[in-house]
Amino acid sequence: MRLENKVALITGGTSGIGEAAAGLFVREGAKVAIAGRNEARGHAVMERILQSGGKAIFVPTDVRKAADCRRAVDETVRAFGRLDILFNNAGVFFAQTALECSEENWDLQMDINLKGTFLMSKYALVPMIAQGSGVIVNNSSGWGLVGGDKAAAYCASKGGVVLLTKAMAVDHGRQGIRVNCVCPGDVDTPMLPEDARLRGLDWKTYLAGCENRPMGRIGTPDEIAKAVLFLASDDSSFMTGATMVVDGGGTAD
Amino acid sequence: MQLAGKVAIVTGGASGIGRATALLFAREGAAVAIADVNKDAGQRVVDEITRAGGRGLFETADVTCAADCRRVVESTIRKFGRIDVLFNNAGIMRRATVLDLSEENWDRVMAVNVKSIYLLSREVIPHMEKQGAGVIINTASGWGLAGGAKAVAYCASKGAVVLLSKAMAIDHGPRIRVNCVCPGDTDTGMLRAEAAQLGADPDRFLADASKRPLGRVGSPEEIAQAVLYLASDASSFVTGTALVVDGGGLAGSA
Repeated sequence: MRLENKVALITGGTSGIGEAAAGLFVREGAKVAIAGRNEARGHAVMERILQSGGKAIFVPTDVRKAADCRRAVDETVRAFGRLDILFNNAGVFFAQTALECSEENWDLQMDINLKGTFLMSKYALVPMIAQGSGVIVNNSSGWGLVGGDKAAAYCASKGGVVLLTKAMAVDHGRQGIRVNCVCPGDVDTPMLPEDARLRGLDWKTYLAGCENRPMGRIGTPDEIAKAVLFLASDDSSFMTGATMVVDGGGTAD
Repeated sequence: MQLAGKVAIVTGGASGIGRATALLFAREGAAVAIADVNKDAGQRVVDEITRAGGRGLFETADVTCAADCRRVVESTIRKFGRIDVLFNNAGIMRRATVLDLSEENWDRVMAVNVKSIYLLSREVIPHMEKQGAGVIINTASGWGLAGGAKAVAYCASKGAVVLLSKAMAIDHGPRIRVNCVCPGDTDTGMLRAEAAQLGADPDRFLADASKRPLGRVGSPEEIAQAVLYLASDASSFVTGTALVVDGGGLAGSA
């Protein structure tokens, strides 16, 4: 049990990597607050955790809204008495070049992927600094380190997450806070078939495109969750400001 | 037990990060073969593993020597029957600029820090391929990603380790995963020896090394935890990466 008595808040916790991290954190002893926009899915994830004997709450949250972020932190502390881990995981992706991307879609990706990380951290840092300890894990992407095709706004937002992570690590290390990000490659989440659809590719063709990386396959949400667990636990006690790449070798070349 | 039933080779396992990793691997269920030039210290680590109920062996080896690398692998296979994890960790530091560095020291740093990885990996990979799986972890450094003062050969060698790791990941995936760990200043004999090389007081040197976001140097055990992550199935989708464990030293400056 690597997160015994810890309290974690996970944004975008209603599906994909966030849902996998919530389940893994609970199995490792944490109490988990799930924040997300989709109330039906959020309640379903919470119910599954409760039925397994874990402790969880769901807080309807749009990370673009400061008031929602503040409430997510407040509700977590009210329910569980503290906040040890913030996993800024909420993210959206539209496969578009800068020419194709509408201003609305630009704002959506930057606001959810990057500004949401800022807002959630801003409020979560307050109880963490008061405790003298805390861990923030941000979900960036392999495409926050190298460019990708038809992903201008997404790449910009995820590159922003990498450097926001480092800047917050510099600012809050001395206050006992570690801040790192995980950079997943293609992972079997609902985001991926949606990407295939936007690119006009059938699923089989899309997956075949992933076969030329060293591991020859896409990742599972659990494989990313295990990296997030490592960053959230004391096993990474000397790590801050780091980018942890989990991409089957996709960015090795 | 994250490495139950696994067999690991750790080079430079007699001290510092290698020793901490060998002990952690053994606690997590692995049989550990330690290779090092320092026989007494290496044998003591094996004794510590054995006393705790684990399995270990020590092989005196200069990993810059191909014959020694072959012998390490043969002994490991003979005693433990397989090799699941190779931790290429042996390394040395020479603090000098290009002007101050002798050609002999350049060659030595490159041989110990880089060529050893090539020599040992080419002996181990055929066994891993036969088994259908294996993990290689190389010790690079924060100074394999960013430059540092008076450390030209070390920086060049560690930069080479980062890219050697990526190139091997491409060549030997998907069954063999290859990653490197990039420690920042860690409280080992090597760090204290650096202070001596620079003519600095060791305590002041360590205090200077603490000017990073987490405000301290790392412990060998903290680096070992990262190596364990890369060695275990928890990192099953991770290859060709450089895992930085440096207390925020490379994140930026205040």
